[in-house]
Amino acid sequence: MATTDIGAADRRAGVEALFARKRLLSFGLPGLILAYFVYVFFAFDIPGLAERARMDNAAILVSDAYSYKTHVTRDNRTGGITVAVEGEAKGTYPEGMTPDWLEMTGADSARVALPGGHQARIDGETSVFTVPGYGEVSLTASRRGIDMQLPTEEVPDWISASSSRVTVTTEAGRMIVTKARTEVYRYSFGWELFWFTLDSPFYGKSLGELAALAVSSDRLVEGQSNIAAMVSDVWTNKMWRHGDVLWALFETMLMAFLGTMGAALVALPLAFLAAKNFTSFASIRFGVRRVFDFVRGVDGLIWTIILSRAFGPGPLTGALAILITDSGSFGKLFSEALENVDDKQIEGVRSTGAKPMQRYRFGVIPQIMPVLLSQILYYLESNTRSATVIGAIVGGGIGLLLTQAIITQKDWEEVSYYIVLIVLMVILMDTISGWIRRRVIKGSDGGH
Amino acid sequence: MADITAGAGRGAEDIRDAYMAMTRRKRMYGGIILAIFVVLMVSGFRLADGRNAGGFWDGITNIFQFPSEVVAEAAENAANLPGLMWKFLPSLIETLNIAAASTLIGAMAAVVLSLLSTRGLARWPRLVGLFRRIMDIMRAIPEIVIALVLIFILGGGPVPAMIAIAFHTAGALGKLFSEVNENASLQPVEGLHSVGANWTQRMWLGVIPQVAPNYLSYGLLRFEINIRASAILGFVGSGGIGYDLKNAFSWGQGRYDEVAAIFILLFLSIVFFDQLSSHYRNKLIGRA
Repeated sequence: MATTDIGAADRRAGVEALFARKRLLSFGLPGLILAYFVYVFFAFDIPGLAERARMDNAAILVSDAYSYKTHVTRDNRTGGITVAVEGEAKGTYPEGMTPDWLEMTGADSARVALPGGHQARIDGETSVFTVPGYGEVSLTASRRGIDMQLPTEEVPDWISASSSRVTVTTEAGRMIVTKARTEVYRYSFGWELFWFTLDSPFYGKSLGELAALAVSSDRLVEGQSNIAAMVSDVWTNKMWRHGDVLWALFETMLMAFLGTMGAALVALPLAFLAAKNFTSFASIRFGVRRVFDFVRGVDGLIWTIILSRAFGPGPLTGALAILITDSGSFGKLFSEALENVDDKQIEGVRSTGAKPMQRYRFGVIPQIMPVLLSQILYYLESNTRSATVIGAIVGGGIGLLLTQAIITQKDWEEVSYYIVLIVLMVILMDTISGWIRRRVIKGSDGGH
Repeated sequence: MADITAGAGRGAEDIRDAYMAMTRRKRMYGGIILAIFVVLMVSGFRLADGRNAGGFWDGITNIFQFPSEVVAEAAENAANLPGLMWKFLPSLIETLNIAAASTLIGAMAAVVLSLLSTRGLARWPRLVGLFRRIMDIMRAIPEIVIALVLIFILGGGPVPAMIAIAFHTAGALGKLFSEVNENASLQPVEGLHSVGANWTQRMWLGVIPQVAPNYLSYGLLRFEINIRASAILGFVGSGGIGYDLKNAFSWGQGRYDEVAAIFILLFLSIVFFDQLSSHYRNKLIGRA
């Protein structure tokens, strides 16, 4: 009787201790995480972030990603009006060609129709911006400065004016007048000149017209069928450089493919040396394993830097960086897989008089193939993403184009184009590798 | 009797022929795949070699040139190294903080996403597919894309990298977590349901305790990956040790002792956390 009492008391004490521990864990752990976040909050200076954050940049980014602006520019020193998409030389409208919202009323005067009833008129040195519900803002540029005429006494807050520069900003468009030039920006929806640039004979044609041209026999470009001319105009589009972009995308995939497969080829023989059941010399095993650890520990970043010094920028450097880093990881994974193989199959092959190479080929490889393949495919997927970053560092592939486009801080439509392409590329690689995995691994399971 | 043996003999022959044909076909397919693979590798290598600024065969000869310069300079100023390592320690801590914070935030988001996208546990069973697609997209966007865009808006510093890595982590861990969830027993959930627990309580008390060890193990593995990622993101513009490495590197010769100090710091911390996480993962998996 007494013994059971003690037993019950012990159990009770044990349960209470367990509850106390659980209570501590369930309150202590969230508390600890919270404390860490508070520390990070101040370590990363998040209160100061609100000041540093450039929300105007965010607005530019978002609006630029789905719209573009066309500049109508009058040179106030020499006269003459030019129209250019994003103000770039490669987007300049050729002589005699204007967008339909622009009316050239003279050699040195033009009328720009803006959305919502807004209008901008350029007439030599004088330009007039009409805002519905407010009136006309008249600006005259001269050597001395800018003369501004407003319908109201007060300058509204959407006009920023100084003696040398006046900016009128409305939702419909923008006008900037300086002594040197008068500019009107008109915003339009979409990605400008995505298929054909202005110098292409196919610019501005609808899909139906293009289809009709594609099958028609009269040629717009001498010595080339219309389809070939269209493809070549899109491929060499100077604004978007589709050809270069697709090459860069291909380079990135090439980096991932060469790096991953090369790493697997290097790691497989070394993994035999690191597996307990294939190498009886402990010192060799130890040495090879430390090589794997070293290669993995020297991060991909460091390998990338070292290799880009030796091989210069380009896809090969990126591929080699992936190859070296991953051969360490593969070596470790493969040697673990090798240590788990079933000896019976190898003995069976040996009993038929097979030599060592044949034993590996028929006794070992079929056993580890599914594990190997699924690891390789998994790394191929993840390396497609890494190759983007590595490309940004070594200067190759889509990563390079992306960083370049972001550094200019104005081609956000190109940035969003690249992002879409990168995501599509990653999804494509995931799909291909998933398909191979299902086919090959299921197939080999059935075969054995 | 004779008939039967003859029939059996023909049957065996048929089987043997069929088997040999199958083997030949398999070998042929294997050979074709191998040949395609070799062609892809060789042509891919030649293409990459051609588009690289420096060729492979030139580069391979001076592959040790830069490391030897770094080692030589580091050896010259060996006395400075501990001081330099001390100087860069705060950046290393920043890199580790980026990795830890983003792993924590990403993992917390991943827990919610994974529960919402597991059949049988989901709060809104019709939206399982939607949450899965969301995780696919989160996984597909490389960290550098988000980081670079955020650097433009938020300015340099650790926050863009943290958000970028956390975003990717949420997608990557979410998928692994939901695979874990699928193996969780539903009995505790049903038990809790019968006493009137709401969805949050059912998940928190019925599912999380079952799967926590596996979550933790994946989380540790992810932390290890994120340390590397946060070092790399530093190199392209957000804070931490990667940024210092880029600066030290762009100074060129004469500052390679700093490069060496950063290499050593990075190497040691990666190896340390690698060992630490694999130790705890083995413990967790052993216990589970």
